[in-house]
Amino acid sequence: MSTKDIILKVENISKQYRLGQVGTGTLSHDLNRWWHQVRGKEDPYLKVGEVNNRNIKGNSDYVWALQDITFEVEKGEVLGIIGKNGAGKSTLLKILSKVTSPTTGSIKSRGRIASLLEVGTGFNPELTGRENIYLNGAILGMTKKEIASKLDEIIEFSGCERYIDTPVKRYSSGMTVRLAFAVAAFLEPEILVVDEVLAVGDAEFQKKAIGKMQDISRGEGRTVLFVSHNMAAVKSLCTKGVVLEYGKVVFSGDIDDAIDEYFRNADQTASREWQKENAPGCDFLKLLKVNVFASGQEVSLNHSISDDIKIEFTYEILKEDQLFTHGFNLFNSHNIHIFSSHDKNSETLTTPLKKGIHKKTITIPGNFLAEGGYTCSFAIMRYNPFHVEFQQRDIVAFNVIDEVSTNTVRGNYSGHFPGVIRPQLNWE
Amino acid sequence: MVTKNDDKDAWLFEITPKNDFFSLHLKEVWRYRDLLMLFVKRDVVTVYKQTVLGPLWYLIQPLLTSVMFTLIFNTVAGINTGTTPPFLFNLASITIWNYFTSCLNDTSDTFKKNASIFGKVYFPRVIMPISVVVSNLLKFGIQFIIFIVFYIYFYCKGADISLSFLVLLFPLLVVLMGVLGLGLGMFISSLVTKYRDFTYLIAFGVQLLMYISAVVYPMSLIQEKIPGYGWVVRYNPLAYIVETARYLLLGVGEVSALGLAYTVVVTIAVFFVGLLFFNKTEKRFIDTV
Repeated sequence: MSTKDIILKVENISKQYRLGQVGTGTLSHDLNRWWHQVRGKEDPYLKVGEVNNRNIKGNSDYVWALQDITFEVEKGEVLGIIGKNGAGKSTLLKILSKVTSPTTGSIKSRGRIASLLEVGTGFNPELTGRENIYLNGAILGMTKKEIASKLDEIIEFSGCERYIDTPVKRYSSGMTVRLAFAVAAFLEPEILVVDEVLAVGDAEFQKKAIGKMQDISRGEGRTVLFVSHNMAAVKSLCTKGVVLEYGKVVFSGDIDDAIDEYFRNADQTASREWQKENAPGCDFLKLLKVNVFASGQEVSLNHSISDDIKIEFTYEILKEDQLFTHGFNLFNSHNIHIFSSHDKNSETLTTPLKKGIHKKTITIPGNFLAEGGYTCSFAIMRYNPFHVEFQQRDIVAFNVIDEVSTNTVRGNYSGHFPGVIRPQLNWE
Repeated sequence: MVTKNDDKDAWLFEITPKNDFFSLHLKEVWRYRDLLMLFVKRDVVTVYKQTVLGPLWYLIQPLLTSVMFTLIFNTVAGINTGTTPPFLFNLASITIWNYFTSCLNDTSDTFKKNASIFGKVYFPRVIMPISVVVSNLLKFGIQFIIFIVFYIYFYCKGADISLSFLVLLFPLLVVLMGVLGLGLGMFISSLVTKYRDFTYLIAFGVQLLMYISAVVYPMSLIQEKIPGYGWVVRYNPLAYIVETARYLLLGVGEVSALGLAYTVVVTIAVFFVGLLFFNKTEKRFIDTV
């Protein structure tokens, strides 16, 4: 049995918000509420908060922003916390960084936690870059001595040497972020909480920031909790992932599986139909129906890796004498654009279609895609001159499931099989 | 699953919903002392950077107020300050009183003013109001220097003012004033997170408070003129601080040992009650603000 070095243990964390509590703000409101209660009437301000419940109207006054969150983090691990807006990521981070306290449960930690919930926290525009490094560092929990010993490194990393004695109000937003990130990156805590820092900053700096975070975790053995919508960053940085959905942990484990899970949450269907009024399309064509067919003739979301996948598009022609062709794009669950295909020899390029319903089918061969989830997009284009009439993304989705078989690329090997695609190729 | 050191003592700290009402986190505050000094430095530096006249404003306000008070209360209303020049009497009162009001005003909106930073990163929140009280010492110092200038001026003109050697205790009075302002400010800042109305309350509350704090008159005068309501002033710890400050600086008025002892007790009580409320608010305010 392997011994694990657990540095952070989150046990049954729940956070409850009371609706309506947000709406109150004055003593007169509270007195009024009390007066209504005395007379047995309902709270006059409770309705204000009800929209907080987002999609579903609840009967209860309370909302659970987080429910029974339990996970463990090992030392040196970079844990990605992913989830849609409103899944509870920020609330969780706020609890972790002690900004707000949980309603139930406990978090046990073996190290100091420093958070970087939003960069530039406490930056004062009137102070110079150098002064802000000290201030920001102290806010994040460093002592003056610690900061002084790292000052040169911080300045160098931020790439703001020239402006370090200029007030921060003269900085561009990118420079401010770089400086702020630099301070946080050189923090000494055992656990660093990072939220969406990479949203700003140019590509070069993002690369640098990701590299630095990798150093922090791999080189220095510190632990990073990373929250981001940027799946590419999450993927390149994190080793483990936790997927949150509506305040609950729906998945916890390997980062690649977590990302799959995150995208799987998307509203997925292998078959979609539109009414003519709200169907996607352009002035001469409306897309009415899309189906993903398995090797047989039934609509299916899951497909064996060795089977052909047929995607059938049904559309209606509204105007005659239109020359056009079809396009198809495939994206995997990490939002990587796998391929684009143009129907370049289509007869619709030379012979206009009659008004009415028409069908077009594209076949993706078996033993070509890797295991995972995919989403499709459909486009109508014209040549001479080239013009995309419309493109509809995420219309249908399907999953490709690998298997150990002599018919598949992996054959009898059952381990991890890397690669974005998994085509059957000739070895001679 | 077997984990290394899975006994309870091995954890560095634990975050739980329950929080001891009486824990004051003083150890933590001490760990963040560098932050306190940096906040003070920030406040001081930004004062110089943001305004054209900078700290000059600090001089104009007490001087003009003293002139007005002297005209209205001493010349028109005829409040007798004894042998002490009324202007100096008022300037001394206003200097120490201003320190209290600035501490109270600047700490009473701690949560509201710092909501964005408090919502993002944790540090002992009490650092914020303490830093305000400390950095207000600068403003007080500048105003005190102008007092000294006028003191010397009146002294050379032969006014009857005497510096008691007890003036060495003056810094203690300032500390007392600051702590009282801090305690009250922390208490009010906790209330303001829930009830915004209190912001308006302080604005005129402080004004009213000034009139019962023996700022524009000697304490003995109120006893003499309206004996029935003298207790209002006598139960006000601020009045003792202002009165004692004048005694130490100008040799006017009286020092009541009992009154001072009472003031110290009330100040400590106010400070701890304020701190308790402040710490309690700090836990939940981010959900309600």
